[in-house]
Amino acid sequence: MEKTPKWIDVALIPLLNLLIAFVISGIVVLLIGENPIEAIRVMVDGSLGSPYGWGYTLYYATNFIFTGLAVAVAYHASQFNIGGEGQATLGGLGVALVLLMVPWPNWYLALIGAMIGGAVFGAAWAAIPAYLQAKRGSHIVITTIMFNFIAASLLNYMLVNVLRPRGSMDPATARFPAATHLPTFHDMPLIGQFFGKSVPANVSFFIAIVACFLVWGLIWRTRLGFAIRAFGRSEPAARYAGISPVKIVMAAMLISGALAGLMATNNVMGEAHRLVLNSVEGAGFIGIAVALMGRNHPFGVFLAALLFGFLYQGGGELALETSIPRELITVIQALVILFTGAFDNMLRGPIEQFFVARANARKEA
Amino acid sequence: MDFATIVELLDSAVRLGTPLLLACLAGLFSERAGIFDIGLEGKMLMAAFFSGAVAAVTGSAWLGLMAGVGGALSLSLVHGMASITFRGNQLISGVAVNFLASGFTVLIAQSWFHQGGRTPQLSGSGRFEPITLPGAEAVKDVPVIGQLYDNLLSGHSILVYVAFAMVPLTWWVLFRTRFGLRLRAVGENPESVDTAGISVVRLRYTAVAITGVLSGLAGTYLATGLAAGFVKEMTAGRGYIALAALIFAKWRPVPALGATMLFGLLEAISNRYPNIDLGVVNLPIQFMQAVPYILTVIILAGFIGKAIPPRAGGQPYVKER
Repeated sequence: MEKTPKWIDVALIPLLNLLIAFVISGIVVLLIGENPIEAIRVMVDGSLGSPYGWGYTLYYATNFIFTGLAVAVAYHASQFNIGGEGQATLGGLGVALVLLMVPWPNWYLALIGAMIGGAVFGAAWAAIPAYLQAKRGSHIVITTIMFNFIAASLLNYMLVNVLRPRGSMDPATARFPAATHLPTFHDMPLIGQFFGKSVPANVSFFIAIVACFLVWGLIWRTRLGFAIRAFGRSEPAARYAGISPVKIVMAAMLISGALAGLMATNNVMGEAHRLVLNSVEGAGFIGIAVALMGRNHPFGVFLAALLFGFLYQGGGELALETSIPRELITVIQALVILFTGAFDNMLRGPIEQFFVARANARKEA
Repeated sequence: MDFATIVELLDSAVRLGTPLLLACLAGLFSERAGIFDIGLEGKMLMAAFFSGAVAAVTGSAWLGLMAGVGGALSLSLVHGMASITFRGNQLISGVAVNFLASGFTVLIAQSWFHQGGRTPQLSGSGRFEPITLPGAEAVKDVPVIGQLYDNLLSGHSILVYVAFAMVPLTWWVLFRTRFGLRLRAVGENPESVDTAGISVVRLRYTAVAITGVLSGLAGTYLATGLAAGFVKEMTAGRGYIALAALIFAKWRPVPALGATMLFGLLEAISNRYPNIDLGVVNLPIQFMQAVPYILTVIILAGFIGKAIPPRAGGQPYVKER
């Protein structure tokens, strides 16, 4: 059988699926009596039209890069990690503990400590489902869903009963010391002059980009990455080649959990400066959409995270300026997951057939 | 704790367990036919919204019920197309269904009612009112049996009785009818069903449709029985607890009743006693809320019996060419 050109798989089909998702979202906007063109204008204006908008768009994108990479790494080992939400929640706990318990002298040492804290807690939260999958065959999707809920309860308990400062009614930790606050885009040389004081985008955006390169290197340039991909393609073949399934599932899920946990350096350390309930705000689930859209490649994840960052910031503006609730973004997100993930074969079949037929016709001519 | 309190707790366990039971049986049909469904949450939410909205507009809980079931069925159709026709990933489709419901319900609720994503308060015939079973008034002063009959068995809405009736019915359909045999076969070994000349696609679509109807009942009960109207995200993870109960029950209808009532009881207890002091340890409310999920993980890990899902679950069926 003829192979279809690569650009169809990595560009044409995702873009067409995205287009369908947007067209249906547009119809939904029409149905609730609003103007989709005007909605797009407000969204673009609010998220990309000003440095202020960009500051938020890139802040959200940073979250989604981490969670998207988390889903992608697990996916290469054919594990569907739906637990990014819980792992990022625990990452937040790790970051908060590190920042509150150690008197950090400056932000970059604090950042290193927080990264370790977030990654270790996130990885630990992924470790139990991973172990149960690898050793006892418990379906990782179900266990990670359960662990999302357990994480929410655990965080609730920690904030209400343990970490809440005395006298405070708010279920949140104390504020982190000022020395640990990360420089935002406003504080940076060269670009600082463009961004206002209030933009939340901060240095962890660059850490997210470094993480993209590292994940790329890991998956395509290391022995472990090769083993992960081999295992993901065919478990029996990998086993036959002497690759230990337990080791691969554990390694992939630990890295995945660590990446999700690292997200907390952005939202908890970089923006909120304290740990609050539900600080992840669904970013763990958006990681699924981001990884699907980005075809599990770090560069694709980066682009998809930017797209979702734009949607998130734009959705917020939409709720402010029009009467369209921000839940429109949830619908768009659902449609992106649906068409790029579940309905993928709908377009793929006919498109691939078309190209194969064309290639065959050319050969005969 | 006196007897009356225990009866009260059990009564509220039945109320809170009913949506779980309906959703659990819904998932049972789908998963027994080899279609994983983590979208129960979304279907319930969709049904809760449409039943609440239509009941509010028409003033009829029955019309609400039909709309609720219709809403859940539409998402079933989406899930069916993704997992059966287009042979996509059933888990991803389930995730999408959940988000679709979560966003869509608020969007439409805001557009129709302008109340910040809720539907107007239901009253009178817009709700499924409690039914007093015959003789409940008369025996209410008889100790123990009378109390149980009046407080526990009587006084629930019709959907509660429907849910309980669904348990033996599901058992009978699955294990005593030709359709049930085929349905279970298509979840274990679809090739054999295909070889026997029975359409795998049709069987699976039927199963997914039954799932839609039952999760529709579950969502309708939430909005028109348990509460009085739809509020944003009102399912609050019940679809996932139902999924947990399904695993807990090892995909069997009668244990599903036990599992969902147990989880309902846990919720009832944590509603009534936020902190439970056992003398040695003090169980916080957060722990009580996490218990169903922790139990499910333990069951899945195989430490208390092994939960083995239907063998062909999650795999799209490709007919041999």
